[in-house]
Amino acid sequence: MPDQVTERPVAGRPIDTRPVIELADVCRDFPSQPPVRALSHVSLRVGRGDYLAIVGPSGSGKSTLLNVLGLLDRPTSGHYRLDGTETTTLREKHRTRLRGQRIGFVFQSFHLLPHRSVVENVMLAEIYTGQPRAGRRGRALAALERVGLTHRVDFRPGRLSGGERQRAAIARALLGNPSLLLCDEPTGNLDSRNTEAVLGLFDELRAQGMTIVVITHEQEVSTRAGRRVRITDGTLLEE
Amino acid sequence: MDVRDLVGEAVAGMLARPVRSALTTLGTVLGITTLVVTLGVAATAGNQIVGRFDELVATAITVEVPETEHVPLVEWDAIDRLTRLRGVVSAAALAEGKDGANLPVRSNDLVDPARVTTQSLSVLAASTGLPEALRGRMVRGRFYDAGHVRRGDRVAVIGDQAARLLGVTRLDPAPAIFINGHAYTVIGVLGDLRRERNLGSAVIVPPTAGRRFGLRQVSRVLVNTDLGAAALITRQAPAALSPGNGDMLQVVAPPSPTRARDQAQEDVNALFLILGLVSLLVGAVGIANVTLVTVMERVAEIGLRRSLGAARRHIAAQFLLESTLIGLTGGVIGASVGVVAVVAVSAAKQWTPLLDARLAIAAPVAGALVGLLAGLYPAMRAARMEPADALR
Ligand SMILES: Nc1ncnc2c1ncn2[C@@H]1O[C@H](COP(=O)(O)OP(=O)(O)O)[C@@H](O)[C@H]1O
Ligand SMILES: [Mg+2]
Repeated sequence: MPDQVTERPVAGRPIDTRPVIELADVCRDFPSQPPVRALSHVSLRVGRGDYLAIVGPSGSGKSTLLNVLGLLDRPTSGHYRLDGTETTTLREKHRTRLRGQRIGFVFQSFHLLPHRSVVENVMLAEIYTGQPRAGRRGRALAALERVGLTHRVDFRPGRLSGGERQRAAIARALLGNPSLLLCDEPTGNLDSRNTEAVLGLFDELRAQGMTIVVITHEQEVSTRAGRRVRITDGTLLEE
Repeated sequence: MDVRDLVGEAVAGMLARPVRSALTTLGTVLGITTLVVTLGVAATAGNQIVGRFDELVATAITVEVPETEHVPLVEWDAIDRLTRLRGVVSAAALAEGKDGANLPVRSNDLVDPARVTTQSLSVLAASTGLPEALRGRMVRGRFYDAGHVRRGDRVAVIGDQAARLLGVTRLDPAPAIFINGHAYTVIGVLGDLRRERNLGSAVIVPPTAGRRFGLRQVSRVLVNTDLGAAALITRQAPAALSPGNGDMLQVVAPPSPTRARDQAQEDVNALFLILGLVSLLVGAVGIANVTLVTVMERVAEIGLRRSLGAARRHIAAQFLLESTLIGLTGGVIGASVGVVAVVAVSAAKQWTPLLDARLAIAAPVAGALVGLLAGLYPAMRAARMEPADALR
């Protein structure tokens, strides 16, 4: 299956035909007792606008792969280019900045701050990226509009349904127009109706040219993605 | 990261758990309150002690006159020269027997074998300014004047204790006492001495009368000065009393008033300071403890912030600022409570509250510093977390 590069502009950024993700022969060893090779010679290209599902049983290395892709962890060997930038040799400072600017994370447990309103939670995504404070609330409101949550702007997360919480988290991930949406079991805590709502949202974002990588073990989720890879004992296999 | 964002996040973090934050400030409130109260009360109390010191000690000078063979070093009329010096409030010359030699004194010439009426009292001759020089007052009658002295009248003034010992209660029958068998008329009782209190049991006679008991030479001069004039008078007195031989006189000057104040305050302050610092330490441990618990509870939040692009220093700064704000809040509350308490204590003791303005400013700063130090370790722990671990 060839890499499919969708040449659709992402708002505010010129058309870029480079792959978003280029993993080349990546290994990740944990020096535990006994040592664990969580990723074994993984190579992966994800083009702009791709919608990729990573599936695999528990303990197969999905989270480790996501951490590497999200610049939360460094591979033991191999190379990782994000938007054409070689990241394995970057200093921590630059990796942190790149993470804040290029990657939007979506977690299974949402990670919304319970004492902040929905819009404040979304605005949080800008405070570490060097974005000016002016217009921040407006940009956060626009992101909330993209996920269809304009009616919940000033709610505390505790008063939202699970699906609404995940949509708020997705709005936060979208703020700042990341190159990549990295989702770790995004529907793991949702019922089927809310799962459908979030998947519908992913479809929309995908249609707008967003690059999405979803870790999941739910058939329902993986079949919606345009492309699936399976990981078993740290080894990646295209399906 | 914009500083306003940092402050906003820290304040929000603090307000997210208002009850806990309030309880956490408690230790610092207690510590700062203790510190402000103790320092404030110490300063106020210290000031009261100094007030008494200044009045009693800081203005009292004693000139010791060594005995000489022929010509006395200090003539009786030299006192006039001394009192003319600017800064001298009162002065008196005394001639005392050697080693406080006492003489038998009785109050009438009838010897009652049933009770001992003869007392052994110290007898001294003094110039007319003695009551003022002793900072006392005539409880009854009057002191002898220049006329008595010039005429060599056989009059005596006795101290209030001597009066009690001799049974002299009234002066209107002009009671007589017998000093070494010589009759003298008691014309006054001197009491309420605030200097040389032992003279309350003495019998005092004019210099002209004292010769009979060998009290010829001035042995001591008591001087009282204005506040702040003691040092000057200490230098000037010898020359005024004994021109040409001033260096043979020995001047006992009061301890310098500043030293008296410092000493009094240092003693009190050192004790209270330790007390307050210990309280602050307890407050710091409290903040450190709670901040550490908070960090452990907010691991997921730390992971989230790292995923949003927060560097380690951003995480450290946020937790440091949160603990600093808690300390600052404790400091502000503690300083306010402390000031109120100092004023209340002063009012109860009828003291003038003495509060250093610098203390009111330093207290909140100290609280913030305590919070900052207490937050160092928890902030470091938060910053060191690996984002992948924090998000697990
Ligand atoms: N920090 C770590 N130290 C040691 N071993 C680890 C660590 N993280 C993950 N592993 C191991 O690596 C393998 C892959 O883990 P993970 O990526 O979490 O799998 P998944 O997310 O697919 O369940 C597992 O065997 C796990 O025990
Ligand atoms: Mg996992």
